[in-house]
Amino acid sequence: MDRAAQVKFPIPEEELLYSGHTACPGCGAALALKYVLKGLGPRTIIVIPPSCAGTISAPFPFSSLKIPVLRIPFETTAISASGIRAALDAMGKTDIHVLGWAGDGGTYDIGLQALSAAAERNDNILYVCYDNEAYMNTGIQRSSATPEGTWTTTTPSPYVKDTPKKDIVRIMAAHKIPYIATASIGYPPDLIKKVEKAKQKAGTKFILIFSPCPTGWRYSSELTIKIARLATETGIFPLYEVEDGEKYHLGKKRPEKPLKEYFSLQGRFRTMKEEDFRRVEQKVRKEQEYLARMAR
Amino acid sequence: MKKVISGNQSVSHAVLAAKAQVIAAYPITPQSSIVEMLAGFCADGKLQAKFINVESEHSAMAACISASVTGARTFTATSSQGLALMHELLHYASGLRLPIVMANVNRALGSPFNLKADLSDSLSQRDTGWLQFYCESGQEVFDTIIQAYWISEQVLLPAMVNLEGFILSHTYEIVDVPEQREIDHFLPPSLPRDCLDVENPCLFGGTTDFYINFRYKMHEEMQRAKVVCQECDAHFQRAFGRSYGLIQPHRCEDADLILVTAGTLAGTCCVAADQYRERGVKVGVLRVRLFRPFPGEEICCALRNARKVAVIDRDFSPGCGGIFAQEIKSVLQGKDPLPVYEFIAGLGGKDVTDEDIGRVIDQTYQTPEPGGVTWIGLLK
Repeated sequence: MDRAAQVKFPIPEEELLYSGHTACPGCGAALALKYVLKGLGPRTIIVIPPSCAGTISAPFPFSSLKIPVLRIPFETTAISASGIRAALDAMGKTDIHVLGWAGDGGTYDIGLQALSAAAERNDNILYVCYDNEAYMNTGIQRSSATPEGTWTTTTPSPYVKDTPKKDIVRIMAAHKIPYIATASIGYPPDLIKKVEKAKQKAGTKFILIFSPCPTGWRYSSELTIKIARLATETGIFPLYEVEDGEKYHLGKKRPEKPLKEYFSLQGRFRTMKEEDFRRVEQKVRKEQEYLARMAR
Repeated sequence: MKKVISGNQSVSHAVLAAKAQVIAAYPITPQSSIVEMLAGFCADGKLQAKFINVESEHSAMAACISASVTGARTFTATSSQGLALMHELLHYASGLRLPIVMANVNRALGSPFNLKADLSDSLSQRDTGWLQFYCESGQEVFDTIIQAYWISEQVLLPAMVNLEGFILSHTYEIVDVPEQREIDHFLPPSLPRDCLDVENPCLFGGTTDFYINFRYKMHEEMQRAKVVCQECDAHFQRAFGRSYGLIQPHRCEDADLILVTAGTLAGTCCVAADQYRERGVKVGVLRVRLFRPFPGEEICCALRNARKVAVIDRDFSPGCGGIFAQEIKSVLQGKDPLPVYEFIAGLGGKDVTDEDIGRVIDQTYQTPEPGGVTWIGLLK
């Protein structure tokens, strides 16, 4: 019996992200990129704004990616993907996937306008946000994806971030696009299945991938997978899908572990106290109830 | 076929004739009728292009960049604030060496708010690596858009075709629109170049210490672009019987005084110059059509017999003066001393009449030495 038949979900073996790229050890974003490209395959064009992903993919004249790459200005990921799609359509090349690949800063903040416009036009692109919850490439500055209670270099203690993380999924769901999913590098088969599902659909697809960052989150690099899984096991990063802005499907994993287990492994939460844990936990439970209602 | 169309419609007909494949645009007065007409051409199937209704000019240029790097012939049009919003991406388009063509309908920049003609919007983008043309008539607008694709696809640098808001964009004139087969013969589908291609994956726009070399290549191609513009113009002359040159001199050969300007002001200057000629005063006019690359040698040559030069700018760099005047002074540097008199006129679409130009001529003749910038048409 071959190896592929032994596992429940065979992960495609072809590597489109070469080894020797310049990501930090334990980088969640590099794993996310590797898995998404396994799901999409080699007939893919990727658009990358200034970000860790941009740094990982290149110093000229090298490229760590085996697919065509366009590096574009920060706020233009979605429209750049749309422009490529328009050109491919105009030239009759319709069997190529166009992938916009941006971090949380490039998605939640500076890239939101162009992303909203692409989603409203329902342009035929896959947009992936690898979420490491701050501007990591420039040195750990807060973004609107940074969670409440987090230390960053622009929210230094005791003035840690005091507002919750923006809910980008609800924003995208409001556009009624055909497919939205949250995924995590802690669960590669689930992530790749979601990419494969997205690739079957025409129109704008959005996948938010939880991508822990040892450098910015202040933990030891061998803990990346553990922290990614804890985020889902504690419920702070639930895995779910939204089709056409209204059909919600919740992942099988139900949160069972206390949030403290997740927080206590990361230096970025070190100023949080018991009452902060409880406050955030209440919000997490409320969100779970909301998702459960939507998925009913 | 001769049509009575506006400057803006002339742009749209030229883009139709050039068979642009991807158009991305955002509306702004006085550009809007260009993109409305193009959207119509796409809707009724006359133009087989993908039209992207973007949410900003910034995204319009970003879409043109990514579509162009994928290999498509692209177009956008904008004006004033919209062009300013694109600024970041203008550098990006030229840095990626993309043959994007854009029409810019010149309009004043706020504040205060003003919708009318002023060249400061495009001249503020002087250093972004785009070829810049300034047109005088609807026919020239049509022809320059066609030429711009021809030239851009040779030198792999983007081109901006400028026409003044309302004065040219909304004035109806007779424009000879050639047969499609003639245009197709002159401007075949774009030349093969390196593009995003899954069969041959490359990375575009990477980080590099070779930056200075990339900039040097742009400089070389900008220099070559002047020659390519002349080749294109000669080729165009043979195909359609019209040519424009990099500069357009009017009665400059024996002129004592040459008025230098750009765009539609040149027409008024020619009328005034002819009136003075009738009185025996030797006035000539030099219209600068190509601003980037700047045709310095050609301008020096055209001005060589003059005793005085008056530059009339419908644009303004605060703390300095007219932008054309600065460029003219810089190319004359080191040549025989030729006094350059500087005038600012017509900002924010203020009418400039032949009488105003008469005042420029009289003042230049009567003043022994140039001294500062004279503003024409300030309201009392």
